[in-house]
Formats: sequence, structure tokens, C-alpha cells
Amino acid sequence: MIKTKSIIGALLVSILFAAAPAAAQEGHATPEIHKEAWSFAGPFGTYDRNQLQRGFQVFKEVCSSCHSARLMAFRNLGEKGGPEFTEGQVKALAAEYEINDPDAEGGKRPGIAADRWPSPFANDQEARDANGGALPPDFSVLAKARGTTQPFPWWILNYFTAYSEGGPDYIHALLNGYVDPPPHGAEVPEGKHYNTYFPGHALGMAPPLSDGAVTYEEGETGSVPLTVDQYSRDVASFMMWMAEPHLVARKEAGFQVIAFLLVFAGLMYLVKRKLWSRVEH
Amino acid sequence: MAHESSYVPGNVVEKWIDDRLPIIRWSKEHLMDYPTPKNLNYWWTFGAILAFMLGVQIVTGIILAMHYTPHVSLAFDSVEHIRRDVNGGRIIQAVHATGASMFFAAVYIHMFRGLYFGSYKAPREILWILGVLLFVLMVTTAFMGYVLPWGQMSFWAATVITNILGAIPVLGTPILELLRGGFAVDNATLNRFFSLHYLLPFIIAAVVALHIWALHVPGNNNPIGVEVKSSRETVPFHPYYTMKDLFAIIVFCIPFAWFVFFAPDILGHPDNYIMANSQVTPAHIVPEWYFLPFYAILRAIDFNILFIDSKLGGVIFFAGAILVLFFVPWLDTSKVRSGTFRPVFKWFYWLFVANFVFLTWLGSAPAEGIYVLLSKIATAYYFIYFIIVLPLLGRFETPRPLPTSITESVLAKHKAPAAAQPVAASTSH
Repeated sequence: MIKTKSIIGALLVSILFAAAPAAAQEGHATPEIHKEAWSFAGPFGTYDRNQLQRGFQVFKEVCSSCHSARLMAFRNLGEKGGPEFTEGQVKALAAEYEINDPDAEGGKRPGIAADRWPSPFANDQEARDANGGALPPDFSVLAKARGTTQPFPWWILNYFTAYSEGGPDYIHALLNGYVDPPPHGAEVPEGKHYNTYFPGHALGMAPPLSDGAVTYEEGETGSVPLTVDQYSRDVASFMMWMAEPHLVARKEAGFQVIAFLLVFAGLMYLVKRKLWSRVEH
Repeated sequence: MAHESSYVPGNVVEKWIDDRLPIIRWSKEHLMDYPTPKNLNYWWTFGAILAFMLGVQIVTGIILAMHYTPHVSLAFDSVEHIRRDVNGGRIIQAVHATGASMFFAAVYIHMFRGLYFGSYKAPREILWILGVLLFVLMVTTAFMGYVLPWGQMSFWAATVITNILGAIPVLGTPILELLRGGFAVDNATLNRFFSLHYLLPFIIAAVVALHIWALHVPGNNNPIGVEVKSSRETVPFHPYYTMKDLFAIIVFCIPFAWFVFFAPDILGHPDNYIMANSQVTPAHIVPEWYFLPFYAILRAIDFNILFIDSKLGGVIFFAGAILVLFFVPWLDTSKVRSGTFRPVFKWFYWLFVANFVFLTWLGSAPAEGIYVLLSKIATAYYFIYFIIVLPLLGRFETPRPLPTSITESVLAKHKAPAAAQPVAASTSH
């Protein structure tokens, strides 16, 4: 009897413990953000190479004019599990950019694969001056620096589904969350833009995407719609890859580790049972 | 539970060593032959799980320290460097970060097990006190470790928690400045926290050695709380408990691996992926989940008590919540160890567990509205349990009859095939 009771007790404790941090974020004024379907979600998730390449195109042509990505190197774009551009493509891409290098003649030289992605502004102050006082955040780990919340009791499930896509969900919602003109009664200061999902709703960034703004190359998989929704999914996926470039390798290793542990646990249980069968306990 | 050494040196070399430093004899006695009650349940495997976790944290931590840079402008990027560019770094870092959570999950279960089965009662008071000391050391180490990635939550947790010390009268400000290495949390703070975060685990390991020593003198408590009466009620630690503990450790590793490989960030806060910025305060400053119950207690005291202002009051209750654990062996007046035989105790105990979980939740809730009142009620029960319930229950509760021995209890459990052949520790090897 005590066993059942203690097991129930322990379960309750562990569930509530696990749940507590999520509960912290209850009560925001922003509406709940819908969980999108991502190719990289769940234990078997992998990035869609084509999607990452499209996302990179959106980032390069649109976002990177204001947002930096200082932790991403050109070489990363050619690594396995990412957009997987060819070595030649990566080198050609890097060479398009000028890199500040005090050792080079004139202080600048063309980029090489080992260089980090050059920032659009020299420092935060310049970035603010060019953006009406708002600082465009760095993209390197932004997809993990944002999250979503679910109402009780649904967030408990997150621990069992390994939900880690709150960042991309938020980014997708934000990029599709502009309302112009603002809803009745909402006050938006001069130079700000009403966004349903941004805390406080007054977002410094003007809607960055519009239908047809980026032209994707026709791939063998057929054409991809040139819509804000599609762009935002692609760029959110790309940002998740930028924040977590080894996600695929990590999940593959995880599958092997857990399979190994399950087998090992089974064997150890048999060892334990055999050993203890001689002991009345 | 003194026992004769069964060690006989196997050869001349062993004999030579045994005459000079009997380390093999000692290992055999304490790591293999140590007589352990045969009726321990799986709640008793958490001691071994904790030892394993300490090892995991030390090994991964040493590797991380090879690649980490404790400087305010480099720390955040160096952690990202580990995740991105160090071979296997993402996994080592995730093991260390989620390992802290798993370590605390295990230590809470271990402590609640001790509280239920009365493992702190005579003659195990020192064992318990060393355990509470280990918990305090763990809390300190984990707190300092959380500051090292130098994200927004790292910085603001460091600011809020060190601020607490400033509430201590007279000595508060000097202690605060000594801890921070200045007037605010900055590079000096990060440097000393890194140094101490590297030091403390080894102190923990030393206290663990004392903890195990203090365990091996009286021997293990057990689920019925009746002392071992004869060697037939024990089994040698190896192989019976080494194998059982190993099984438990591997099972424990499954959820651990789940978090490490599939959701390494789910136990943390997204804000910690934003580099520390003293000019921007996060909307909610929340500590890691394992500190939330104590954080709730700290915040519950928002009123002045006589000449003690609310800030100091919060600190007193916060510290008191941990310090009271040191006195549990004397606060609990009941002669019966195991909660199994204490019908009234059980109710208060499970209410205490639920209350502790509730405090965890309250610690994560904003300090406003109904949460403040609920925090006060939950804090009150936390202390009432130790200071009023445990001392009085011993006087007024009528415990259920105890089995006279472990053997009797085991036989009662296996009533049907009662032709139990006796198993003696001595026959098993």
C-alpha cells in the first residue's frame, strides 16, 4: 500500500516540479502562440536542407541588412546537417563580403570561409541610430532566446514531447502578427508598429516581409509559394539551425543512447532479479 | 554495525601492502562486504544515483572549464563556442546543465525518503547533518554555476541573490561587496564565482566521504525502521546492492538522456540565451526550478516583524528553511522511525510534500495578487511541520505495532510461500 502511495506521490512531485518553470510565464497579455509543424521537432526531427537554403536567402536578402549573426561563420553554411551549400558556393559567398581586418592592406579584405558573418553595423549605437532607436537583436541564438507558453495543463506535455520549438513558433507568429491599422483602442507610438504577438504590441521593426519580396529559385521539388507565411517558416527554420547547428547529430546520438540505455537497463534488471532470487527480501 | 574483516591477503604483494597501508582490506570491507539490510526498496538507490551524478558533474565540468573563458565580454560566447565548435561540446555542455537539474531531482527524492523513513533519528544524526550540509553546498555550487554562462538570467539571478546578503545587519554590505568583488555584479563576480564553482565540488566530494563514513558506522536505516538484529537480515553490499544500484542508475539515465539529447533547453529559461545586460531587466526574474521553493519563502515575507524589516525577515525565513533541517533529528520526538507505522504522521508528511511542490510553483509565479497570500500560507506550513507537528506528533500519536525484526516483516510479506529458506550474508561468497 505504501508503495503505491509513494509512487503516486513521487509522480505528482516530479510532474509538478517539471511543470513549475513553465507556470512562471502565465498571465501575459499576448495571445497564445500556435505550435507549428516543424521538420526538426521531436526526437526524430531533421532540418529540411532546401528549407534552410530558402531561409538563408530570406535572411541574406532581407534580415541581414539590419540584424547581425556574429556567431555564424561562412563555413557553417557548408557543414553537414545545415543548409549544406557546396564548398565552392561557401567560398564564393564569403568572397562577396568585405571583412574588417587590421592586418590587411587598407584594413579590409574579401571574406574567406572561416570568417564570421559580418555585422551590418559597427556597433550597437550605430544600429540604434539607423533603426529609430531600437536595437535589432543579433540572430545567432535568437531562436532559443524566445519561447511560447501554453495554458495549464498543456505545458506538462512539453516535457514528454521534448517541445523545443518555442522560438521558431514565436518568430513565425511575430512575422505574421502585424496588424495595420492597429485594432481599435490600441495606442501605437510614432515609428512603432502594432504586432499581436510582441509583448507590449509596439514593435520597432516595420513588417519586413511581403508576398513576393524574395524570389526563390525553382527547385526539383516544384515551386514554393512566395508568401509571407512561407518566408517566415523558412527563415524561422534557418534561425533555429543557426542557434542549434548540431541539432540533427544530437538527436541521432540521442536515439542511439536511449536505445542502448533501454537494453542495458533490461539486462541489468535481469542481473538484479537473478541475483536477488536467492534472497528473501 | 561493526563486523569482522573477512579479508585474507591473496598473495605476498597484497600481504606486503596490507601490512603498510591496508587499503585493499578497507575497500573490501567498505565497498564489498559492508552488510546492508536486505529489505531496502528502490528509494534507497538514490544515494548511489547521487554519487554517480556528482561524478558526472565533475567530469563534464572539468572538460567545460578547458574551453570556458570567465570574462564578462567573452563568457557568453565561449559557452556558445563549446556548443558549436568543440567536439562533442553540445552534448557535454547539455549533460552538465541538465545534470544540475537531475542532481537536484535526485537529492530532493533522497531527502524526502529520509524524512519519511526517519533516517535522521538516532544513531544517524550526524549522517543527516552531513547530508543537509551537502545540500547547502550543492545549492551554492549550482547557483554559482548558473551565473557562468553570463546570460540575462545568470546576471539577474546573481544580482537578486547576492542582494539578499545585503539585508544582514552591520555585516551585510561588507559581505555583499566581498562576494561581488565590487559594488555591483561584474567581471570580478564572474571570476570568483568560476573559481569557487570549481572548488566546491571537491569539498562536496570530501563531505560525501564523511557522509558515507557516517553511514557505515550505524549501517543503513531500512523501510521498517527496525534495526538489523542479525547478519541473516543483511546482504553484502557487493554484488547485491552494487548491481541493484547500477540498474537504478541506468534507469535514471533514461530521462536524463531524454533531456540532454532531445530537449536540452527545456529546463532552463530562454532569456539566458540573451547576453547579460545590466541596463535591461527581464520581465520575470526566476531562478532555476530547484530553487523555487526557497525563493517563494524568501518572497513570502513582505511585512515587517517588530524591528525586523521585510527584507531581513525574508532572509531569515529563507535561511531558516534550510537551517531547520539541521535540527530535525531533535525536533521529531517519535521513537518510531518509519512513517509506515505512523498513521497520523503520514497525513502531515504527504501534505508537507504537496506543500513543497506548491511552493515550487509559487516561486515561479509573479509576486502579486493571490500568490502572495498563498506563499505565506505555504511558508507557514513548511515551518509548522518542523517546529510544531514533528515535536507534538511524537507525544500524541499512537504508532501501529512494529514488526520485531526485518525477518518477521519479510516473512509477513511472503506469507504464502512461507517456507522461506534463511539466507545468510556469510553464505553468499
